[in-house]
Amino acid sequence: MATDRHVRNRLTPWRLVLGVLALVVVLVAAVCVGAADLGWTTVLAELWAQLSGTTSPLDQRGADILWQLRVPRVLLACLVGAALASAGAAYQGVFRNPLADPYLLGAAAGAGLGATLAVVFAPGTRDWIIGPIPLAAFAGALLGVGLTWVLGRSARGTGTAILLLAGVAVAAFLTSVQTFVQQLDTDSIKQVYTWMLGGLNTTGWQDVLITLPYIVPAVIVLCLCTRLLDVLALGDDEAGSLGVHPGRVRLVVLGAASLATAAAVSVSGLIGFVGIVVPHVVRLLAGVSYRVVLPLSLIGGGIFLVIADEIARTVIAPAELPLGVVTAFTGAPFFVLVLRRNRGKLS
Amino acid sequence: MTGLVLRGVGAGYPGAFSVRGVDADVPVGGWLIIIGPNGAGKSTLLKALAGLLPHGGEIRVKGRLLRDLSARERARKIGYAPQVPQLPEGLSVADYVLLGRTPHLGLLAKESRRDMRLVTDVLHRLDLGALAARPLHTLSGGERQRALLARVLAQQPGVLLLDEPTTGLDIGHAQELLDLVDRLRREDATTVVATLHDLTFAAQYADRLLLLNGGTVVASGTPSQVVNPDTMREHYAAQVEVLTTGGGEIVVAPTRTPRET
Repeated sequence: MATDRHVRNRLTPWRLVLGVLALVVVLVAAVCVGAADLGWTTVLAELWAQLSGTTSPLDQRGADILWQLRVPRVLLACLVGAALASAGAAYQGVFRNPLADPYLLGAAAGAGLGATLAVVFAPGTRDWIIGPIPLAAFAGALLGVGLTWVLGRSARGTGTAILLLAGVAVAAFLTSVQTFVQQLDTDSIKQVYTWMLGGLNTTGWQDVLITLPYIVPAVIVLCLCTRLLDVLALGDDEAGSLGVHPGRVRLVVLGAASLATAAAVSVSGLIGFVGIVVPHVVRLLAGVSYRVVLPLSLIGGGIFLVIADEIARTVIAPAELPLGVVTAFTGAPFFVLVLRRNRGKLS
Repeated sequence: MTGLVLRGVGAGYPGAFSVRGVDADVPVGGWLIIIGPNGAGKSTLLKALAGLLPHGGEIRVKGRLLRDLSARERARKIGYAPQVPQLPEGLSVADYVLLGRTPHLGLLAKESRRDMRLVTDVLHRLDLGALAARPLHTLSGGERQRALLARVLAQQPGVLLLDEPTTGLDIGHAQELLDLVDRLRREDATTVVATLHDLTFAAQYADRLLLLNGGTVVASGTPSQVVNPDTMREHYAAQVEVLTTGGGEIVVAPTRTPRET
């Protein structure tokens, strides 16, 4: 008997390849579609021309639309989706709670408050890469998760529902503070308001560059911690008896997940449910080990948000739907589904 | 050589130890069973031995002080099986047992061929080979306890701590599991410390018994020294007769005295 065959929860190469292929297809398809009709054959020819170094079939205007508007927006959607989905999977591992998600834990609301404070009190720093907005969002995300954790523990319950109730309370509270701060400053009110609704109204490559230095390290840390997250699933005592410090693992993973959340929120506002939908689809398709769930959520999150953003900008074209509306529209019913599957564990 | 030495051990939460003053010596390959009424502190003591709760006094594992060991070193020497293990849904038995290799892996390392082979061996020894691919939550009670034991054995610990290993098992499966532990400790010279509710099983399998009541040791020694009607009455408030079978084994039999009317 070879144990390898019975070890089910591994990221096999073909799963990874399949995931990456799917992502590439979705990215290319998304780049082909947009408000300005460049024609998908032309876009494909342009991509090929860039790859092979031959002459571009697009005029200057077409090239600008493609490379300065569409491509960065699609990449940003991919990054934000990957960050939110992997943060969701990580929070689920840390709290051993299948319904944990940056949005429901108050992390996103905290990041929103932090970012709003930075916009209002440090205007003009929006384009800085290491600027006050992402850092304030990070601090806010940690504050949100921390409050939820403390509140959830103080209720002394064991069910998964208590943590979520605490998260709802914290998110509501932080959002109210955020709204208050936002109303204080009439200059930025409209900008903050549309941004908080959740959307990717990008101005070229700036937002992509702002998020990369936060999302990349956060995601690397999360991917390195996957085996430890599996050990954590055995409970604190058993993890401890296997030589793992559950507290330290939690702290590191929470930090990384909150950083990813903060980076995503800084550029896209509040986009809910990505962190629940994607990891659960991955679990259904590929297994429950975090060694599978985390890397595939990363890819799946990218795919999910690129498609959602595609829908957001085409369904009522030329107007645009806020991206958060699209994710909530698909995510909320999904949440109910997950809730039903986990009925036994909630109380 | 002594596998485990306890000197004046207190255990529980700092400043309010619920277990105090425990002395014991368990030789390598020996089996100590901790008995005592509900709430006597059996599980607390066991958790302290596993390094999961703070302790006072001295605990030595093969000569080394427990508090000097890092978490990883400790996990390579001591395996701990809780009374009610958490079995993550969706993991296969092989996945689960492989987690037992954690203390032998670098922080970011992956399991090697050797780890896989070791897990295969453990699964075979515990007769779990045919169940290796089965999801954990489809196992029966007896199979779960064996899977848990397999995970702990994959740690290759010199000391095995078992908290009520027969919980939820019928008499036949309980016997099977205890026989298995007995075989393993003889084959590998593993030191075993277990808590047990069933006094007959405790007396039959232990080299030595430790009777705990109210957090202190009230009796210790060989099974025949500890298990007698007087101590049972005093510490369990139980009416029992202690019988000896034809094979010389101890049986603790409850007796029913007619109530006064």
